[in-house]
Amino acid sequence: MAEGRVVGIDLGTTNSLVAYMEGDRPVVIPGVDGLNLVPSVVALDPIPVPIPAEGGYRPTVTVGNSARKALIQTPERVIYSVKRLMGRGLEEIQEELKLFPFHLAGDSEAGEVPRIQLGELRFTPPEISAYILRQLKRNAERFFSAPVTQAVITVPAYFNDAQRQATKDAGRMAGLEVLRLVNEPTAAALAYGLDRAKAGTIAVYDLGGGTFDISILKLRDGIFEVQSTNGDTHLGGDDIDNLLLAIALNEIHAEHGVDLRLHPGAVQAVRKAAIEVKIQLSTEPMARFDIELPNGDRYQREIPRGVFELLIEPVLARTVGPCKQALIDAGITPEQIDEVVLVGGSTRIPAVRQLVDELFHLAARGKKPHIELNPDEVVALGAAVQADILAGASKSTEEMLLLDVTPLSLGIEALGGTVARIIQRNSTIPASATEHFTTGVDGQTNVAIHVVQGERELAADCRSLARFDLKGIPPMSAGLPRIEVRFLIDADGILHVTAREQRSGTEAQIEVKPTYGLTDEQVESMILDSFDNAEADFAKRLLIEARNEAETILAAVERAPENPAWMQLTGDEKTAINLARDYLNKVKQSENAAAIREATLILDHATRRFAELMMEAAVSSALRGKTMNTAGEELAEAVTAPHAMAPAEFK
Amino acid sequence: MLKVIDSAVPIACWSCSIGHNDSTLFCPHCSKIQPPPGGDYFSVFGLEPKLNLDLPALEHEFHRLSRKLHPDRFARAQENEKQWSLADTALLNDAYRTLKDPLRRTEYLLKLLGAEIGPETSPAHSGKDRKDPSRVPTDLLEEVFELNMQLEEMRAARESGETDAQFEASLTQAKEKYHVLLEAVDEDLRAEWEAWDSGGAAARAAAQRRMVALLDRRRYLSNLVRDVNEVLGA
Repeated sequence: MAEGRVVGIDLGTTNSLVAYMEGDRPVVIPGVDGLNLVPSVVALDPIPVPIPAEGGYRPTVTVGNSARKALIQTPERVIYSVKRLMGRGLEEIQEELKLFPFHLAGDSEAGEVPRIQLGELRFTPPEISAYILRQLKRNAERFFSAPVTQAVITVPAYFNDAQRQATKDAGRMAGLEVLRLVNEPTAAALAYGLDRAKAGTIAVYDLGGGTFDISILKLRDGIFEVQSTNGDTHLGGDDIDNLLLAIALNEIHAEHGVDLRLHPGAVQAVRKAAIEVKIQLSTEPMARFDIELPNGDRYQREIPRGVFELLIEPVLARTVGPCKQALIDAGITPEQIDEVVLVGGSTRIPAVRQLVDELFHLAARGKKPHIELNPDEVVALGAAVQADILAGASKSTEEMLLLDVTPLSLGIEALGGTVARIIQRNSTIPASATEHFTTGVDGQTNVAIHVVQGERELAADCRSLARFDLKGIPPMSAGLPRIEVRFLIDADGILHVTAREQRSGTEAQIEVKPTYGLTDEQVESMILDSFDNAEADFAKRLLIEARNEAETILAAVERAPENPAWMQLTGDEKTAINLARDYLNKVKQSENAAAIREATLILDHATRRFAELMMEAAVSSALRGKTMNTAGEELAEAVTAPHAMAPAEFK
Repeated sequence: MLKVIDSAVPIACWSCSIGHNDSTLFCPHCSKIQPPPGGDYFSVFGLEPKLNLDLPALEHEFHRLSRKLHPDRFARAQENEKQWSLADTALLNDAYRTLKDPLRRTEYLLKLLGAEIGPETSPAHSGKDRKDPSRVPTDLLEEVFELNMQLEEMRAARESGETDAQFEASLTQAKEKYHVLLEAVDEDLRAEWEAWDSGGAAARAAAQRRMVALLDRRRYLSNLVRDVNEVLGA
């Protein structure tokens, strides 16, 4: 079979996108709803599809905008920002989970990959990400009318080994061969560098939904050589949302005696309002909360931009340290940065731009940061460029090459719990190091090695990557065996280890026990429904998908008149919906996937206002606590975001 | 003496079966990528071991080889070529990282020549006190002793929340002095590079010994600067 296209995917905390190279230009592929951004939200449908053959149920999930709607109605069946949980251990995510409406499966144990309880089912973070990736894959396949099996996926530059491996696992579960993991800031530089093949030093400041990265690159003759990178994988727009959310919830509790934290749906409704306030404050000097409360009171609060800026100052300040360190590691001063590229939705905030200007002395030098490309899309566009480079079939990218670095030093735990560094951070990858080990006791046949990632002096303060047991060492006097262990960080930033006993010439066995992560067998068992991966009958698959989508929307329209929002529609609107419904009912019998899809889109458009009305109704009903009895009591301590400012200062 | 770079026995190219010299990254006949060659870091760039290197030329060659070897160029190649691309590029990157930095380059060459440099960094040996008194440069013995006393007192003062401006000033002064000493070491090292690069066997052997001593001294001085910085909270 001829090799298909390689797509570029930005698997984001808040939104995900898929893009490809159209000629010499990267383009984002829109979803079924015609929108480029697919919200990284996954909802478990209320009614699972039975699988008669196995006597069980197949989870049916929705991804993206439709899943986001479910967030307020059935928050216990929805998960978002799952990227924050990728590649992390149970004990690491406890704090994080307090900010989310979803929670861990009751039987989660330390040492295994944590699973999230959604309705009656449990999912690991890579599985959730796989659903998002599968949606993007399907969007691309629809777009090309051809199977897509290979992709480049972007990750935050500061992602560690486990987070990278988890992302690769998710790709495999979604039926995608991940040709390369590319660092997000580097991808952004590629997108910008495409039409300006010149030399210079570029800084990419990437503040996304949940992660922050800074990368400094040297660009010359089409070679993008990363000099240094730094960041924080838990810092982003989410943190700003949480600050606003905490203020609203605290004030509602204090001033109106209503504790909305008891009701996850209401918390999500307030979060939605908080995000709107944040977005408005990027262009307006003032924004307001106006929320109707269960007891009939209204929570009204004006937030001037100045107050907002004071509030988020500590969050933004956390980006300063990584930027300075990246400059030091690259051995340059701010004045030596020729261009700054802004990436990520949070860089729309004027205070962020101000900070970047000060960090790199831009205005003082008559420079402005690059914002020409949409900051939400630029990473996906860059991923498409890298995909094109890997496909190796295009003139426009044949001169381009990306030389990236490892963000964290690799070390081995030595005597006394200290770390012996074997590969320094900011080393160009692939990179390798060879170490020699021996035994401490006569006749010893095993040597244990603990590999860590991080910059701290003590292994306990670094991130544990894996423990290796070198087995089958021939029994010799202590200190006599000479075991050569080779550590290799590949172009994806993932570690590989091989070992050899040199005196006897035997290949030492290694059993790699990753500290965090799924085994190969586990990943294998989590591969999403097999029919999705069968390339044999692609046309049939497209048809089945198109029909499934048609059925989903038809079922929703069938139930529509029961919803109070239906009464708010005009007669014309109802007629339009009925016409579109009848049309789709007729077309869906045909074998024409494209026609079914088009009819589905028409019905989707016709019901758009109805969906909005329903959403508003859901928000206010959630806030009025009408479904209070369904609230999970375990969420009592739901939101504990730091509260940077006393409520009184908002008056 | 130096490791023999060129193997006398040619090995056969996996693709075209024509024998070639084992230090090559690509088959000279069919241009296919080869498994990692056995030579040293200098040979990766086709260079004789030298301490004075033309850095812009080195960078240029690094870029040229990266374009040909990088795994991005082999994303859809067969599995063995993918593996060799990965291994070869790791070797290229390791070599470039080592050779572009003057100190790493010097240490590497000296190790290649069989010198024992500095405290072993291997995990099997670490835990050894980096302040091993036998490594203290004799001309600094007395001063280092006094400095360590000062550092201890300063740390103790810090812990009890006091600051002593006088101590701080004298530590800053010490730091500046060590910086000057470091620069002197670097200058001496550069002179030895010349001596080694252009010398005969005897001159090289002498230069090697001096460089090992200079590197020891340098490491000692940088550790002192680091300790002072730690205490000063810089």
